[in-house]
Amino acid sequence: MSDVIARRQVAKARQRRLTGVLVSVIRGLVVVSICFIILRPVLVKLVSSFMLERDLYDQTVKWIPRTFTLENYRNMFIHMRYAEAFPRTVCFTVGIAFLQLASCTLVGYGFARFRFPGSNILFALVIFTLIVPPQIIVLPLYLNFRFFRLFGLIPEPGIDLLGGYWPFVLMAISGTGFNNGLFIFIMRQFFKGMPRALEEAAYIDGATPLQTFLKVMLPGARPALVVVFLFATVWIYNDYFFTLMFMRSGSLLAHYLDVAAHNYAHSIGAFFTGQYISLLNNTGMILFILPLLVLYIVMQRYFIESVERTGLIG
Amino acid sequence: MSAKRRFRLNLRAREAVSGYLFTLPFTLGFLVMFLRPFIQSIVFSLSKLELSSIGYSLTYVGLDNYYNALFVNAEYPRLLLETAGAMFYSVPLILVFSFFAAILLNQDFKGRTAARVIFFLPVILGADIIGRMESADYVTLFLEEGILDVDEMTFVGREQLLSLIMYLKFPEELLTYIVMGSLRIAEIIRSSGVQILIFLAGLQAIPPSYYEVAKIEGATGWESFWKVTFPLLSPLIVTNIVYSIIDFFTSPRNELVEFIRSSMFGSAGYGVSMAMSWIYFGVVAVFLLLTAGLISRKVVYMDE
Repeated sequence: MSDVIARRQVAKARQRRLTGVLVSVIRGLVVVSICFIILRPVLVKLVSSFMLERDLYDQTVKWIPRTFTLENYRNMFIHMRYAEAFPRTVCFTVGIAFLQLASCTLVGYGFARFRFPGSNILFALVIFTLIVPPQIIVLPLYLNFRFFRLFGLIPEPGIDLLGGYWPFVLMAISGTGFNNGLFIFIMRQFFKGMPRALEEAAYIDGATPLQTFLKVMLPGARPALVVVFLFATVWIYNDYFFTLMFMRSGSLLAHYLDVAAHNYAHSIGAFFTGQYISLLNNTGMILFILPLLVLYIVMQRYFIESVERTGLIG
Repeated sequence: MSAKRRFRLNLRAREAVSGYLFTLPFTLGFLVMFLRPFIQSIVFSLSKLELSSIGYSLTYVGLDNYYNALFVNAEYPRLLLETAGAMFYSVPLILVFSFFAAILLNQDFKGRTAARVIFFLPVILGADIIGRMESADYVTLFLEEGILDVDEMTFVGREQLLSLIMYLKFPEELLTYIVMGSLRIAEIIRSSGVQILIFLAGLQAIPPSYYEVAKIEGATGWESFWKVTFPLLSPLIVTNIVYSIIDFFTSPRNELVEFIRSSMFGSAGYGVSMAMSWIYFGVVAVFLLLTAGLISRKVVYMDE
C-alpha cells in the first residue's frame, strides 16, 4: 500500500521535473529569438560595415564578407569629422543632460515632499507637457528663440538665440526639454518612496530644505539619478530634430552622420550607388552608437538594479 | 527682522514656500517655453504667417488652414488615415508583448540579466537619428528582410504558420490582425522597451506576501496570475497605453510627422502645417481619452 503511494509520488515528482525542464527550454527559445530580433539590426550593420560594395551583390555572402575591410570605417571616421565632432557632441550632451538632471531632480523633489496650494494642478501640467508632442510647439518655439523677448522684458526686436546652445540650456534648466516631464515624474516617484525620517532628522538638526535636499536626499537617490541621466544622455545624443532646428548649421555628430556619405562622394567627385551609400551609412551608425552602447553596458547594472529596487512606479 | 518673522509664521506656510521654490524652474519654464508656444501654435494654425528679418506678421484666416489640410492637400488625408490605423493596431500589440515580456523577464532563469540588457536596448538604439536613417536604408531593408528570411528563424515556416492559423477558423478580422501583427513583429518588439520597463517595475513592486496568501488559500499559479498579478498591474496598462501612443506620435519613423515637418518649410506654409499637427493631435487626443476613460473604469488601485 505505502509502496504504491511512494511510487506514485516518485512518478509525480518526475513529471514535475520534466515539466520544469520543458518550460525552461521553451522559455529559453523564446528569449533567445526575441533577443535575436532585437539585435539583428545591430548585427546587420556590424557585418555590412566590414563589407566591400561587391559583397552586397554576391549571392553567396550572407553574414561573412568575402573580403574583410576596414575601409568603410576609415572613410566614415574622416567624413563624419569624428575626431572633432565627437568631443563637441559629448560636451554638449553631458552638459545639457546634467542641467536637465539638476532641474528635474529639484522639481521632482518639490512635488514629492512639499504640500502647497496648486501643486496638483502644476503636476498635471508636467504630465500635460509630456502628452503634447514637440511637433506642435516647435515652430512657435523657434520663432520665440529667433526673436527672444522674454514677455517684452527685452526691447524689440529681441535677441536672436538661435545658432548656439542657448535654446537647449534654457529648456534644460527650466525642465521643459525633450521628455523632461518623464524625468520629473521619475524623480518624484523615487523621492516619494524614500523614508521621511531621514529628512526629519536633518530638520531637527537645523538644516534648511535645500541643505537637506543636497546633503541627505541626493546621495540616496543615486539609482534614480542614474536612470534619468542615462535617458537624458541617450535622447540628447540621438537628437536630430531639435538640434537641427535650433542650431541652424548642425555641427553635432548626428548631423555629420546624416550627410557624411554624400559629402564623401562629393569631395572625391564620384558617383556612389545607393547601395554603397547605405554601406557607408551603416558603418557610420556603428561608429555613432558605439559610445552609447559602451555607456549603457557600463551603467546597466545601476539601471536594472534601480528598476528592481525602487520601481519607477510608486 | 521681517524675514525672520515670515519664516516663523507657521510650518505650513514655510512648507509651501519651499515647494514653490523647488518647483519654480518648471513653473517658469512652463510659462515661457511651453504655454506661450502652445497658445501661439493655436493662433498660427488659424493664421497666415509671414516671416521677415525683424519679426513675423500674422493675418487671421479662420479655419482656412484646416480646410486646406483636409480637402486641398493631396497627401495629408491619406497619411492621416494610414497613421491613425497603424496606431490602432500597433498599440494593443505593443501592450500585449510588453506585458508578456515583463512577466518573462521577472522569472528566475540563467542569463536573465543579459536578456534584460538586450530587451531594453531598443530604447538606446531606436532614438531619433538612427531610426530616421534606418527607415530609408538599403542594407537594412535588403539584408534584413531579404537575405535572412523570417522562415529561417522559426521552426515552422511562415507559410505553414499562416495555413495553420487559417485552418483554425478564427473570425476573419482577428485573423487579419494576427497576420498583420506577425509581419510587424520586429517593429513591435523594438518599440516596447520602455513599456517592458514600466511593467517590470510594477511586477517588482507587488509584495511577495500577496502570493504567499494566494498560495495558502490554495490558488494555482494560473489563478494567482489573474487574481493578483493582473489586477495590480492594471493601472500600468493605462500608463503604457498613453506612453505607446505618445511614442508612436513622436517616433522618427512616423511618416505623417515627417510629412508635416517637410511641408512646414515647403509649399504648404507654416499655417497649414500647424493645422495638420493640430488635426493629428486632435485624433490622438480623442483616442487617448477614450481608451484611458474606458480602461480606467476597470482598473484596480492598490489601497495606499
